[in-house]
Amino acid sequence: MKIHEYQAKSVLARFGVPVPRGEVAFSPAEAGDIARRLGGDIVVVKSQIHAGGRGKGGGVKVARSAAEGEQIAKQMLGMTLVTHQTGPEGKKVGRVLIEEGLQIDRELYLSVVIDRASASPVVIASAAGGMDIEEVAASDPDKILKEKINAGTGVVAFQARKLAFGMGLPTASVSKFVKLLDSVYRAFIETDASMIEINPLILTKGGDLLALDAKVSFDDNALYRHPDLKELRDVSEEDPLEVEASKFSLNYIRLDGNIGCMVNGAGLAMATMDIIKLAGGEPANFLDVGGGANADQIKNAFRILMADKNVKAVLINIFGGILRCDVLAQGVIAAVTELGVRVPIVIRMEGTNVEEGKRLLRESGLNFTTSDAMGEAAEKVVALAGQAQSQPQSQLANQKS
Amino acid sequence: MSVLLDRNTRLIVQGLTGREGTFHAKAAAAYGTSVVGGVTPGKGGTVHEGWPVFNSVHDAVRETGANATVIFVPPAFAADAIMEAADAETPLAVCITEGIPTLDMLKVITFMEGRRTRLIGPNCPGVITAGQAKAGIIPGHICREGRIGIVSKSGTLTYEAIHQLSKQGMGQTTCIGIGGDPLIGTSFIDALTLFAADPDTEAVVMIGEIGGTAEEEAAAFIKRAFNKPVVGFIAGQTAPPGRRMGHAGAIIAGGQGTAAEKMSALTRAGVHVVKSPADMGAKMREALGR
Repeated sequence: MKIHEYQAKSVLARFGVPVPRGEVAFSPAEAGDIARRLGGDIVVVKSQIHAGGRGKGGGVKVARSAAEGEQIAKQMLGMTLVTHQTGPEGKKVGRVLIEEGLQIDRELYLSVVIDRASASPVVIASAAGGMDIEEVAASDPDKILKEKINAGTGVVAFQARKLAFGMGLPTASVSKFVKLLDSVYRAFIETDASMIEINPLILTKGGDLLALDAKVSFDDNALYRHPDLKELRDVSEEDPLEVEASKFSLNYIRLDGNIGCMVNGAGLAMATMDIIKLAGGEPANFLDVGGGANADQIKNAFRILMADKNVKAVLINIFGGILRCDVLAQGVIAAVTELGVRVPIVIRMEGTNVEEGKRLLRESGLNFTTSDAMGEAAEKVVALAGQAQSQPQSQLANQKS
Repeated sequence: MSVLLDRNTRLIVQGLTGREGTFHAKAAAAYGTSVVGGVTPGKGGTVHEGWPVFNSVHDAVRETGANATVIFVPPAFAADAIMEAADAETPLAVCITEGIPTLDMLKVITFMEGRRTRLIGPNCPGVITAGQAKAGIIPGHICREGRIGIVSKSGTLTYEAIHQLSKQGMGQTTCIGIGGDPLIGTSFIDALTLFAADPDTEAVVMIGEIGGTAEEEAAAFIKRAFNKPVVGFIAGQTAPPGRRMGHAGAIIAGGQGTAAEKMSALTRAGVHVVKSPADMGAKMREALGR
């Protein structure tokens, strides 16, 4: 689960990580009040969306007075911000963070993630902060420092010192970094984070270290033991169909194509997208209905799938293990009848009770195309989607395949 | 021969009295597996579906001589169950549970260092040795006895591979689902090492997916030390970066973990890589020159 920058900073601050003074505002008036409370010559107004690259997109601005801060907040709130991470449609700004301005001496990079290959947490640090760390990794890999952390001991002070000296921090700031990293690591472990990234971590002219920006995401599987963190979810940042799907434990991800897919199992669902693309089509979504799906869940899956108006044809690819093909067929027939689904549907199923499933589909009187092989099913659905794209909807209802 | 499981396996089920545990214990027994008991803390001394239930894995192992365990325990308690199995020195522990927090698995992997238990999974369909025994949820009726090993991160895609092989007249030795989580017990390399030493396994189907670098590591291992033909498929060639595709571990992050990289590493290692998941069986036939 992703959270906003201001939420990430408040989580980090709870563990003793120094962050700039600031508060979130939902309206220009609130923004002005916060700016006045902060005082000082400079305030920074930062739009809060779940995407990076805000600065370049005009989502971070400096104000010389509280009144100017309020004015900037007024422009930002409600605007659609487009960055390299939001996609062309952009994201609407619903809240802004108002923060004190600081005298920056240097910009560093610090993050904690789990390294899968070594099955250990790893701290990544770099003197080249404030830019995209992937670019630094590509252009200047020597500038990226890594320390594997033993899960039993946590960060040992020498490891933090090694990173601090490696980044060339002034001696007076090294012990501050040791303390800061200890706090960041504790935050990572105690919140079940999947990533904490502070970019930039700044060194002020006064020699202090602060998290000027922060990105934190949590392990969805561990949220059950963090009810307080669960509250930080902002569903307005997520695709409404994905939010809806999550209510029914369906794994749905919306994509750009016009062929809806319904599959059981994550690997097979990905492979189904792949084979659609190989057949010359574009998948409209990833959808894993899971191993134990029942008729009700199939119906919900169909409803979500069909809510995407781009969908011109549907491919159902099910390998029945525990999920029996006859149960699936009943679910599909019920869903298509009840929801009045009109787009062509290609069904490929295999496994437990497949013959009974096929019989039910055949005898349903509904317009299904069936196929025994995955490759053939993909070709059929791509062809049907192509036809549907070039025909008005009303003709489709009468067309038997 | 085979790997991990055979006719002599004596299997216990952790979480036997739950719905999933009961269902799959019966399916395993119906397939011919010697299911010898189960563990549900607090229900020790009772009998469930004819099997003795124990309070601890230690008790179950001592009383039944079990040498393998399959774990159907809810995510919040699964790490505990795995560590208990390791402490009881069960040689094989297969964890089916999906949704275990990553930091719990970090504890598990740290705990298991230096212990003799091999963990398969979690978040996997388990293991089946065709015609002999199974621990997990792979449907037995799709398997045929034969000479191909399968190792895979995905469940239903494994079934797909089994089905394609069987249709092409090629049966299987053992099929191993290693799971789709970021932290898992048995890697591709571990599974390939087992297959390398099994004289009955003639060739291997390896199914990977986006995320992490396990496939690249396997490619390096195959190039260096694996002499049997391998057919490979990587799911997620069309997956968008930064999105978690169902499995907790299936995500392209920071430009790493793409299918293209994995396919190219495997191809360079001499693996017969197929672009289409529909071609796994046919490609194996071709690789074996039949």
